[in-house]
Amino acid sequence: MEIIKEKRVVNDTWQVLRLHEGDAADSIAVPQGNYLVPLPVWNCQWEALCGRKELGLWLGGLERAEDIPDDVNRFPVIAIDIHKYTDGRGYTLAYRLRKQYGYRGELRAMGDVLLDQLSYLKRVGFDSFALRADQNLQRALSGFDTFSVKYQASADVAAPLFNRVARGVA
Amino acid sequence: MYHYDDFDHQLTAERVAQFRDQVRRRLSGELKEDDFRVLRLQNGIYMQVHGYMMRIAIPYGLASSAQVHKLAHIARTYDRGYGHLSTRQNIQFNWLRLEDTPEILAELATVEMHANQTSGSCIRSITSDELAGVARDELTDPRPFAEILRQWSTFHPEFAFLPRKFKVSVSGASEDRAATEINDVGVQVLKNAQGDLGFRILVGGGLGRTPIIGQELVAFLPWQHLLTYLEAIVRVYNEFGRRDNLYKARIKILVQAIGINEFRRQVEAEWQLHKDGPSTLTAAEVVRVTAAFSTPAYEILPQLDASFEAAQRDDKAFANWVRRNVTAHKVDGYAAVWLSLKHPSQAPGDISADQLDVVAALADHYSFGELRFSHLQNLVLADVKQSELYALWQEAKAAGLATPNIGLLTDIVCCPGADFCTLANARSISLAKAINERFEDYDYLHDIGDIDLNISGCVNACGHHHVAHIGILGVDKSGEEWYQVTIGGNKGTPAAIGKIIGRSFSFAQIPEVISRLLQVYVRERDEGERFIDTLRRIGHEPFKTFVYAEQVAEEAKLLLPDYEALQVGVPYELPYFSPRF
Repeated sequence: MEIIKEKRVVNDTWQVLRLHEGDAADSIAVPQGNYLVPLPVWNCQWEALCGRKELGLWLGGLERAEDIPDDVNRFPVIAIDIHKYTDGRGYTLAYRLRKQYGYRGELRAMGDVLLDQLSYLKRVGFDSFALRADQNLQRALSGFDTFSVKYQASADVAAPLFNRVARGVA
Repeated sequence: MYHYDDFDHQLTAERVAQFRDQVRRRLSGELKEDDFRVLRLQNGIYMQVHGYMMRIAIPYGLASSAQVHKLAHIARTYDRGYGHLSTRQNIQFNWLRLEDTPEILAELATVEMHANQTSGSCIRSITSDELAGVARDELTDPRPFAEILRQWSTFHPEFAFLPRKFKVSVSGASEDRAATEINDVGVQVLKNAQGDLGFRILVGGGLGRTPIIGQELVAFLPWQHLLTYLEAIVRVYNEFGRRDNLYKARIKILVQAIGINEFRRQVEAEWQLHKDGPSTLTAAEVVRVTAAFSTPAYEILPQLDASFEAAQRDDKAFANWVRRNVTAHKVDGYAAVWLSLKHPSQAPGDISADQLDVVAALADHYSFGELRFSHLQNLVLADVKQSELYALWQEAKAAGLATPNIGLLTDIVCCPGADFCTLANARSISLAKAINERFEDYDYLHDIGDIDLNISGCVNACGHHHVAHIGILGVDKSGEEWYQVTIGGNKGTPAAIGKIIGRSFSFAQIPEVISRLLQVYVRERDEGERFIDTLRRIGHEPFKTFVYAEQVAEEAKLLLPDYEALQVGVPYELPYFSPRF
């Protein structure tokens, strides 16, 4: 599968471990390799998994940054699953991971991710994007620079416009 | 008023380009309606009964004559020649084609206007006091802070997909004309005992299915913290507001569920992370924006103009208009004037393209080129010399804009209702028309005096019926339109939610129900007492008893099948572009 990373279309090197019906967080096997592990699995199997530096983490809509038991920077990737693009919790979660928890690794948006959301997703701290399957990735690349003017601070710019530039006479 | 700098222009242009591309992809089928809906809503575009509707922002109700001329041009070029003022100081056009909407936004951008976030589950356009800057009871002009909030909330990347819409209103006077108590967040600008500028912040007010008066979140927030504090509120709401049920998703439900104290604790904890950080408001920015709202070049005039006094003595019709439609100004010799959009022949809040041009010209001639859009669906010329009121009145009268009914029974606040809106259960405009015809006698209306009558066509309560002295709500009963009546609500200071008087009525019964409520008032009132004061004094029971004592007859002409089409005066044939068919 292809994703967008650093404003380029690249092949995804990560697999997402999902709990299907009948799977339990404390017993599902976490295969070797680059896997994004759901937070409940990480928490239930922490002792067995915490030494595996290659693992990433993914968070669902109801999960919060403070539910992560470790330093977030031990994960090379944290993904946030946006189950419906109109659910904006993932935006605040991403912002918190960057600004409050100081996360520096790859922060990925996955799930119902549409190209028209990319500029906002990028502003709150996401830097990789596994878009919904029907989205045109080449077209999506132009969506990052929709707005060159940003009135307010977020994860991308630390200060609001009035504290960054000399504004004109109103 | 605030004028765009290069940054504002650039961002507005980028928004137009973005939406132009999105509409192109929608029309080509590349974007499906499910994915496009949210994009168009955040540009103020709805799919309504007759076509696409665009809700254009009039930020905090303030517009220049050039902007109003542009609205007239849009009405003529892209619509059917008229617009409708909403109850949040916006203007709506009802008969648009989707393919024209990017060009409309581009035209708006040329006069520093937009339709950003006038709909959708985001921070909506900011509302304020229609008399801001001129009211005698004003403590601080709220408009600079409304503009600062407009910019902060515009395309805020974190808050574009909130659980539900989020409405903010800013007021700076002792009488609340900005409905701060029924917004998601109400900001009241004030000074504390030491003379420091700050805000009282209310949260969790709102109407709709669950009407609630906002509660005090903070009694005095120093001005520097406005943005960081509001950001903390919206962040907590974004994380914890309900998303499982559309009807329980507003911030008021969250505040009710956890209580104001717990909500405050969460907001304060969040705020501590960002307090005094880079988003702290600076004096330089407040000064920059405040300069845009500096006092116009008023002349030094006597407190009362002799010719104005004489004209009132000589012309009773003018005196009647002055009594209802003119109010005192903070500067001697000036007055603020309401141009009524509640002419009996017109849908409440509707204004034609020609009238838009007229009011823009009036603003240029009489009021420093500025106009205000009120949330009660009228227009205000805020800076008129008393000596010119008579001439203004004659011009306004000729354009059908001088109905002397501000604050009277026929100054009905009214949503578009089922005639236009796909959400409505019942007609609002047609009912307003029927009420106007029943109570057309001006002497009677002046005798009844101050009374707020509001109509909402559905439970979403765009007509703000909960906070009217008499509120009417359209409800659906097995596919038929019925109307529930509430009394005792109040929009001002303090706001109050009305109570339902009993079982609902048919369309044709409502004028008689209102008549009965007024009969009780006339029977029971003390000298000089307003309807709402009598009601508060004697309680709801006498009104209720009298209304239901005898069967309410239906007004015969309202039962005619063609009443609606006859009276509203707009062509209702379905246009070929209607998205519904």
